[in-house]
Amino acid sequence: MGRTLRDAALLAAKDLRLERRAKVALGQMLPFALLVLLLFAFALDPDRGVLERATSGLFWVTVLFTAVLAVQRAFAVEVDDGVLDALRLSGIAPAAVFLGKVGALVVELVVLEVVLGLGVAVLYDARLEGWGLLAVVAAAATVGIAAAGASYGLLAARLRQGSSLLPLLLLPLLAPVLIAATRGSDVALGRETGSGWPWAALLGVFAVAYLVLGTVLFRPLLEET
Amino acid sequence: MTDPSPPNESSPAAVRLRGAVALLGRFPALAGMDLEVARGEVVLLAGPNGAGKTTLLRVCAGLVPVVEGSAEVLGVDLRADPRSVRRRVGLLGHAPGLYADLTVSENLEFWCRSSGVAAADGAAALDRMAVAGRLRDLPVRALSAGQRRRVSFATVLARRPELWLLDEPHAGLDAAGRDLVDGLVGEAAAAGATVLFASHELDRAEGVAQRGVTVAGGVAT
Repeated sequence: MGRTLRDAALLAAKDLRLERRAKVALGQMLPFALLVLLLFAFALDPDRGVLERATSGLFWVTVLFTAVLAVQRAFAVEVDDGVLDALRLSGIAPAAVFLGKVGALVVELVVLEVVLGLGVAVLYDARLEGWGLLAVVAAAATVGIAAAGASYGLLAARLRQGSSLLPLLLLPLLAPVLIAATRGSDVALGRETGSGWPWAALLGVFAVAYLVLGTVLFRPLLEET
Repeated sequence: MTDPSPPNESSPAAVRLRGAVALLGRFPALAGMDLEVARGEVVLLAGPNGAGKTTLLRVCAGLVPVVEGSAEVLGVDLRADPRSVRRRVGLLGHAPGLYADLTVSENLEFWCRSSGVAAADGAAALDRMAVAGRLRDLPVRALSAGQRRRVSFATVLARRPELWLLDEPHAGLDAAGRDLVDGLVGEAAAAGATVLFASHELDRAEGVAQRGVTVAGGVAT
């Protein structure tokens, strides 16, 4: 287990270093996400309060769309130039590759969500009432998105039409995460009454389930020739 | 999950294939391959394009499954547990196997650490492949094809594999690079490693190999 986690950390560090060099997240994904938020702000008349009611949903939809780009990028670098074979030859456990990918995606998505959160606060006039709840909701949702993304990302990367297939595979799978994250965030933003913690717990269940499934499924996905 | 059979370390053969069939999609890239390579041998694989040489090397690396027949590499039954042989072999394929946006040094460090090899061995391998100091700080993307080939070879060298699987090892290299590769193959064999390499440069390859095997239509002829 210790070896797997060390290898996962090595892989995650490698991915984040690649991202720092290529700046795809900074140069493409972040502007895309901010643009989506902006377009929603234009399309939904702010005077009617629609934006206020839909803030959480719009935020998480934007995160999901951007996560698809992040996942595609995460696996494009492995499929190019014979790297995947080299990774298989290295003897690193498939579970370590999976967890490394999840780790790097989580970091990238957290950065994205912080910037988007600021954008939402400015564009949609969102006011935060439950910091702790929002942090837990965001953390659990992000891990779930990254874990599901890492599983389907490898599958899609190895298919000829994978880049267009990935959203079709991933987004329906993440619909429950979207719903739970939106509800939990609504409570944290004071847009809904009641407790948001059941939604946070549900997101935790999704995150664990996707992590376990991904850890189990990654080996056959990696070995598929 | 069945337990893999323990490696047959006493087997004198580094590679033993009997009627091995390997598929690429539904195409039988190996169609009943019989091949035996003794430990410490240097064997040339020759044959036309599409003969199955690359697939044979990848099968021996445990990357392509054998679906019929038997395949044993370094005493490991590849049909039972192909993964267990991977860290013991070094494969130089057509693709560089390097991250284009990482520097040469970063690539070697990553591949060494992921393979359980000391980082110093990676640096030493770059020295042997004459990859100069200033090149090591460049991203792989900025290198020429020949330079990338040298770096790829360094990743194999650093692993000190028991079985070297080289697919067109001279491709893209200048004359000095080709001589270097020949020298390294000779050194590896002298140190007890087994080398199986595919090449179209028969004049040069025959000076390095102890024997040749012609591959055509997925079988050794």
